Amino acid sequence: MPPFQILIDEHAADVMAVLRGAVGRSDADDCFQETFLSALRAYPKLDDTSNLRGWLLTIASRKAIDHHRANGRRPLPVAEPPEIAVSDPEPSDGIWLKVGALPPKQRAAVALRYACDLPHEEIAATLGCSPEAARRSLHEGIKRLREELA
Amino acid sequence: MKDSLRLLAERASDEGLLDVAYTTADSPYGQLLLATTPRGLVRVGLPNQDADELLAELADRVSPRVLEAPAQLDQVRRELDLYFEGKLEHFDLALDWQLSKDFRRKVLRAIDRIPYGQTRSYTQMAISAGNKKAVRAAGTACGSNPIPIVVPCHRVLRTSGALGGYGGGLPMKEGLLRLEGVLKS
Repeated sequence: MPPFQILIDEHAADVMAVLRGAVGRSDADDCFQETFLSALRAYPKLDDTSNLRGWLLTIASRKAIDHHRANGRRPLPVAEPPEIAVSDPEPSDGIWLKVGALPPKQRAAVALRYACDLPHEEIAATLGCSPEAARRSLHEGIKRLREELA
Repeated sequence: MKDSLRLLAERASDEGLLDVAYTTADSPYGQLLLATTPRGLVRVGLPNQDADELLAELADRVSPRVLEAPAQLDQVRRELDLYFEGKLEHFDLALDWQLSKDFRRKVLRAIDRIPYGQTRSYTQMAISAGNKKAVRAAGTACGSNPIPIVVPCHRVLRTSGALGGYGGGLPMKEGLLRLEGVLKS
């Protein structure tokens, strides 16, 4: 079984991207910590190490959903102060704020698709639903975003 | 991201999930890999050893919960720095011996008691470990030392006074013996 640090080196950026999409920048770090602590706790007993990235993204999605449940349907976070870093390859925060306001499944599907570039099958596996359901969540999410941005 | 990872290592340690913490450290001979368990220093990788292989071995033999966590090794790094500057003769570090078993562990514990600036022969080490006939096995134990420098296998020479071998290469063994004043420069 590979040293856990390899999972961090290879996948931490993806996990953070998904979480930023799913819960917004300000709360992503809390979920990131929870995700990797859970993973670290379970890791020695993990049977199947063939898709560690998918495993981590599954945990991350669950943490994001837990986070939203714990917070109820909170109002949208206020716009954050601009950061000094300029070479941020992510889309502007505006759209992610809108993504963050989607219902949990849609939000997770959109984040996995566009922050993490996962195909439908992997989104389904990560969310624990059928590919059709994943496609539907993604479709609904995108539709709602279009309407809101129109 | 750097801050997130530092915090993660701290929290993992607080929650008892950091089974092996490691970092790298500079030395006059190149980069060392240092690894500790909650019990103590478990592995020192020498510059000519492959860090990825060492980490994979730790994951196999100790625990896969291996994280880069430099803060956990601050004291080790500090003492090694002082040692290389010739300002420290005795390491005051907790050691975890779990990577050495049976006779090898006995030999290494005997080596750990050789004072700074002194040397012993492989034969003497075999005797100290309780089996004077096992000279070759004592040599193998030196060669398999998971915690070199701190457990000073460089202080073990052939009975003839010849240097014998060293995992980090003979120039390093010579350098350490020169540092300790055993060999004259």
